[in-house]
Amino acid sequence: MTTFEKRLLDEFQRGFPLVERPFAAIADDLGVTEAEIIETLGRLRDEGMVSRVGAVFDPGAIGASTLAAMAVPPGRLDEVTALVNGFDEVNHNYEREHRINVWFVVTAPHRARLDAVIAEIGERTGLEVLDLPMQEAYHLDLGFPLQWN
Amino acid sequence: MELTAPDRHLIAALEGGLPLVARPYRELARGAGLDEAEVIDRLAAMVDGGLIKRLGVIVRHRELGYEANAMVVWDIADARVDDVGDRFGAFDFVTLCYRRPRRLPAWPYNLFCMIHGRQRQAVLARIDELGRVPGAAGAPREVLFSVRRFKQRGATRLGTAAAAEAAP
Repeated sequence: MTTFEKRLLDEFQRGFPLVERPFAAIADDLGVTEAEIIETLGRLRDEGMVSRVGAVFDPGAIGASTLAAMAVPPGRLDEVTALVNGFDEVNHNYEREHRINVWFVVTAPHRARLDAVIAEIGERTGLEVLDLPMQEAYHLDLGFPLQWN
Repeated sequence: MELTAPDRHLIAALEGGLPLVARPYRELARGAGLDEAEVIDRLAAMVDGGLIKRLGVIVRHRELGYEANAMVVWDIADARVDDVGDRFGAFDFVTLCYRRPRRLPAWPYNLFCMIHGRQRQAVLARIDELGRVPGAAGAPREVLFSVRRFKQRGATRLGTAAAAEAAP
């Protein structure tokens, strides 16, 4: 990764310019062209290093979300995660090292829809789904400087 | 803050990411029934009002070599959990720190924090550091490293545009 790419990822995790041509503003800061910024972000997104240029919203301020977890027998991981990921309401899903091994975030316009998604996953898999909504945020994902080795 | 119908369209459009074009706010404006200047104003208001906690590049840590990603869960006495949560959140290596409900007997933990690191040993050392915080010392805890990611993308917080309009 070039110095320019590292700076692009480090310095613009927050405070993205709210001007008509934000990529041109970033380009000015980094001493490259607007086209290079757009091309590089597109490439880093295609390569998977960037998820998107977007917003992190105050959790709980819009719609409803929860962290859900299930203890999935290893032989059923593929089947269950395919089912879970099939819901548009699921936006993050990770396997973790624990008996309760599948952890996913469910987000929907209303709590009622969350309840319906969780109930449906429970019914279709026959597994218990833990529903662990955030009750208090002590620290949010505000981005952080990367260490490049 | 009060969300207008165009705000909801804007938020729904933003969940998938800003279009990577020279004038991305003009693109967002089309779907939201606003003009470009209004989109910029509304987004600035959402940032100022705290609805948007950050606007910018959202990276995928695993692809950048952060392969030791731990969710650390703690069972902290209810009377102390707010204090411990605040203290954990002040460590620069803690990227998220939330209180969540226990679900007994399956799940006894009420405080969650995320630590992203390049090496497992370094992450474990940081967790030990958290374990010395007053109120957390001696508390039951478990470390759940991620094994693999099945899915990561923006939320569909408002569902479809139609659902967004129906939202209370």
